[in-house]
Amino acid sequence: MRDSGGMGANGTDILTAGMTNDVVPWVDDLIAVRDARDEGAFIRVFGHFGPRVKAFLMRTGMDAALAEECAQEVLVTVWNKAHLYDATRASPSTWIFTIARNKKIDVLRKQRRPEPEDLPWGPESEPDQEDVIGLQQESEQLGRALRDLPEKQRELIEKAYFGDLSHSEIADQTGLPLGTIKSRIRLALERLRHSMK
Amino acid sequence: MTVKHHLTDDLLMAYSAGDLPEAVNLIVATHISLCDECRAALGSYDAVGGAVLDTCTTVEMSKASLNTVLDMIHAQDTLAQDKPVSTSIKDDVLPAPLIDYVGGGLENVRWRSAGMGVKQAILPTSKDATGRLLYIPAGTAIPDHGHSGLELTLVLKGAFQDEGGYFGRGDIEVASEDLNHTPVADISEDCICLAVTDAPLKFKGLVPRIAQPFLGI
Repeated sequence: MRDSGGMGANGTDILTAGMTNDVVPWVDDLIAVRDARDEGAFIRVFGHFGPRVKAFLMRTGMDAALAEECAQEVLVTVWNKAHLYDATRASPSTWIFTIARNKKIDVLRKQRRPEPEDLPWGPESEPDQEDVIGLQQESEQLGRALRDLPEKQRELIEKAYFGDLSHSEIADQTGLPLGTIKSRIRLALERLRHSMK
Repeated sequence: MTVKHHLTDDLLMAYSAGDLPEAVNLIVATHISLCDECRAALGSYDAVGGAVLDTCTTVEMSKASLNTVLDMIHAQDTLAQDKPVSTSIKDDVLPAPLIDYVGGGLENVRWRSAGMGVKQAILPTSKDATGRLLYIPAGTAIPDHGHSGLELTLVLKGAFQDEGGYFGRGDIEVASEDLNHTPVADISEDCICLAVTDAPLKFKGLVPRIAQPFLGI
């Protein structure tokens, strides 16, 4: 299943495959960026996520040139803020999604985004490998569940996340009543939740 | 502390997707700072966003982009690491996102009288919604009002009661157009709330209607 979109992805994969597990793609690379400032790992992350972030930003309404520029900045942020990445709290896709989303708010809405207060973390700061793998497995499962959703539900979820559209704007765009959209999204989220049990 | 009144799924998802006005983001972030349940729920909405990012189509980056990005990280690596984002200020009433907007703790809030002993301070956010801190003396009622839009009220200190129930610290009331309510601050102590509206409130009585331009709500 693994997407080997990153350039020269296989070199270190072989080295690290035995250490963790193949169900945790990109975690090892992000951790190498974080802890060792590993440029090779960063280039792989860039190769995989760059084109996805660019596509995401284009769907929020940016033209190709602006999306390209912003995607570059998102990846620079990944490098600069790698010390904040915690593999027990977010998958690489989730973490990079939040950075791309904040970029979108910054550029399209010209606003800063208030973030919740950080939780005070206990002394046990050493992440448990079990937790890391557990979380990444859940993320994989969630991705599969999303792909398995009925087309119409998946489209609405994508529009809600990518389109920078409120539910009422989705209603205008699709011609569906607002109530139908809300119940479809709710149904889709229910299915995702169910598939995670 | 147990929070009983939570954010709706709509608001959590829109916060995760980044589709809310700044003042609404602020109240969502403040509630999550006080509510572990909504924090966990937000985690799952962000995870859905991550899954969508991972499963979506791709658009090729320009050929020069990798070198551009590498140049940028080399240029920046010579600079100092990120300046610390979270402020060191702690406040018993204001969670971190509010400290940021007030520019300090509770003593730094620039209150203005809104009549009847009520004080307010409007926070600096974008204009598509308004966020204000309200100071309501113990036992005081905010006049009966309806809404042309959304009104969110988060209790930071004390408590209030209205048709929707009893709201203590951390509780958020999500009032939409169909709710006419008269929040009354609990008698035991003064109440401080964060209130966010995305359209002007509609008061029922004559006197509050005259006061409305002064309250700015």
